[in-house]
Amino acid sequence: MITPTAARTMPERLRICVRLLLAAALLALVPLSAPAKTAMPLAADPVLEERLMTLATGLRCLVCQNQSLAESNAELAVDLRNEIREQMRRGASDRDVVDYLVARYGDFVLYRPPLKASTLLLWSGPAILLLLGLGFLVRTLRRRRAQITQIPLSAAARARAQELLGTDSAEEAS
Amino acid sequence: MIPELGHFALILALALALAQGVFPLIGAARGTLVWMHVGRTTALGQFLFIAIAFGTLTYAFVVNDFSLLYVASNSNSDLPLQFRIAAVWGSHEGSMLLWVLILAGWTVAITRFSHHMPEEFVARVLGVMGLVSAGFLAFLLFTSNPFLRLIPAPPEGRSLNPLLQDWGMLLHPPMLYMGYVGFSVAFAFAIAALLSGRLDTAWARWSRPWTTVAWVFLSLGVALGSLWAYYELGWGGWWFWDPVENASFIPWLAGTALIHSLAVTERRGAFKGWTVLLAISTFSLSLVGTFLVRSGVLTSVHAFATDPARGAFVLVFLGIVVGGALLLFASRAHRIGLGGSFDPVSRESMLLLNNVLLAVAAGSVLLGTLYPLVLDALGAGKVSVGRPYFEAVFIPLMTPAMFLIGVGPMAHWKKTSLPDLATRLRWAFAVGLVTALLVPFAMGGWSTPVSLGILLAAWIVTSSLAGLIERLRLSPVSGGILAKLGANSRSYYGMQLAHIGVAVFIAGATLVLGYESDKEVRMSVGDTIEVGGYNFRLDRISEVPGPNYIASRGDVSVTRDGRAVTTMFPEKRTYGDKKNPMTEAAIDWGFVRDLYVSFGERLDPNTWAVRIYHKPFVELIWVGWLMMSLGGLLAVFDRRYRVAVNKWHAPSSASLLLGAGAAGAR
Repeated sequence: MITPTAARTMPERLRICVRLLLAAALLALVPLSAPAKTAMPLAADPVLEERLMTLATGLRCLVCQNQSLAESNAELAVDLRNEIREQMRRGASDRDVVDYLVARYGDFVLYRPPLKASTLLLWSGPAILLLLGLGFLVRTLRRRRAQITQIPLSAAARARAQELLGTDSAEEAS
Repeated sequence: MIPELGHFALILALALALAQGVFPLIGAARGTLVWMHVGRTTALGQFLFIAIAFGTLTYAFVVNDFSLLYVASNSNSDLPLQFRIAAVWGSHEGSMLLWVLILAGWTVAITRFSHHMPEEFVARVLGVMGLVSAGFLAFLLFTSNPFLRLIPAPPEGRSLNPLLQDWGMLLHPPMLYMGYVGFSVAFAFAIAALLSGRLDTAWARWSRPWTTVAWVFLSLGVALGSLWAYYELGWGGWWFWDPVENASFIPWLAGTALIHSLAVTERRGAFKGWTVLLAISTFSLSLVGTFLVRSGVLTSVHAFATDPARGAFVLVFLGIVVGGALLLFASRAHRIGLGGSFDPVSRESMLLLNNVLLAVAAGSVLLGTLYPLVLDALGAGKVSVGRPYFEAVFIPLMTPAMFLIGVGPMAHWKKTSLPDLATRLRWAFAVGLVTALLVPFAMGGWSTPVSLGILLAAWIVTSSLAGLIERLRLSPVSGGILAKLGANSRSYYGMQLAHIGVAVFIAGATLVLGYESDKEVRMSVGDTIEVGGYNFRLDRISEVPGPNYIASRGDVSVTRDGRAVTTMFPEKRTYGDKKNPMTEAAIDWGFVRDLYVSFGERLDPNTWAVRIYHKPFVELIWVGWLMMSLGGLLAVFDRRYRVAVNKWHAPSSASLLLGAGAAGAR
């Protein structure tokens, strides 16, 4: 026996099936209607570019106000990046590139100044300051110990202190 | 007419500043109360007249009065109103005016909140601040006058540098100056104490909240500057070790040393000489910072040569402030007592070690910042000192200081034992170590630098918690945990919050360094790219007019696992006739990660070079700085600074105790 409800459900099921099929077909069409292609890396050779950028972060863009060669979009910076890229492609090592730039522009191009007579104080300065600071610390601690002798608090002074403080020194915490 | 009123007001302010610098000091020396009181009235008058001068200059910017040279050089009528106001401090003259306005503001604040201090002391503080103000006002009027006329007036002004046309410009410089100038209060307190010959714990207690407030402002200023650079410069970095940044960071380091040293002086009466020296140097470094940034000397040492009057004035003024202060210090040094005794292993000595490290760090950053300038001025060649140098120097110096953050607060005053400390902190260290070993794996790959950074951050957090737990366990307060928590002072919680802020900052800086990913691609409309698990799709490019620029705006929709996350709108803005368009990066802010999309150059009409970053936990950097600042603020509201108000009228109880208890002072 076919109940009225069952009679209604059959075409409904069919409709759902059709809808699902239609939806699937539409979904299959989606990539066609909007061609989503993956964006290409800006650089032709991403590995070399990575190497270039790592090197360039330590180099100064000479015409900018304190920007690295990696960050700057100034004409000179772009030209220099192209130059470095070309040299690297021809097999130059990082060291070759840096030597080339220093020969052309001097130490000014390096964000890590080389150790030489004129930068001796720059590189040794922090260590000297630290030694002086620690020396000062040790001397202060030693001298204090020699100068400060414990004088026991006399009963009268203690009483006066208690009176001034009201209670015993709760303030000493922290 | 109106600018002339401002000019005249500035001259009157100088006269008042001179009066404020002379009469209260003489009055304090001779004990004449009437002369001392001059300070309070002149401070108020000075503030009023500087505010008038500042108001007239702002008005000139608002109504586009290009007959003023300064307005014509830094603003034009296309500039939106908020940036015309910010342009007031967009260049040298106006920032000096903002400086003196803030100085006058701090001075008035002292007159309001100083009723618990002896009148003689207040008079000396106001006198010193009056002298500083007079120096700056003279500098303004004689070498950097913002009220100079430009006749005939040009029909249109030059514009403000587009980089500065940002909300950051409205907030960052005033915050920074509040900090810089705030340290003049610490300086004035130190000089006043030297003059009166009473360097006692009371002086430290009065000075401490003021110094902390200045430090809070400077911290906010530095953090805002970093945040601004992050979103405005378009390179995704947050700190560049640029001389301009260093100029604010050096006083911050010195100021951080100062607030710790003041803690010892207030609590134990020790390090008085050192605290005074730090107060003097912090303010001097603030002065150096102000002048470095605004004088143009950083762009080229020859900026001084083109305007020798300015350079000479600055050097002489610095010489008087620093030299005078140090001379005074030297002449009074023998009267500075030693204060309470302490062992080589004690909280005092650890704080002293922290001070040495911070001071050496400040000195090293200063050395690196000034070295190229000095070398160039001497004609000994041109060098660049940048990130590689600063990181090589700064990180090794700060690492032990970060370790001390964990140990110091657990150490007892006067004397502590290392084995005991080790026992109390062993669990904190163990938990920190495990965290440091696990976090890199959770983030997707082992990295030794990351693990070390996380170790420091976790160590600070766990040791701070260990300290809190110990306090609760040993608390004499009866009652529940809430009562015990409530019994700790606000300055204790402030310290904890600030220290944990340092940890949060380190964690953010470490994680973003270790796990950020970025791609630089060419994108046309419809292109997609995946960075850090997110899918970016350039939906369209449109031209959008702004108030004084035209922007090429991209609509970039972001999805993750097929679900929409957000849409981002990076822009490239062209301002008027400026040749180079400005990058306006789009950032999707989030606690666990920032997505950062920034346009490079346009390759062809439909294609842009686009740089996309995924930056995990980068925001912890600024959250950390905010926590440090809030910690400082919490400490200022400690009850004892208000209790001190009522207590002080009795003759120095604190110095009596120190004199008797620890004796010794020569």
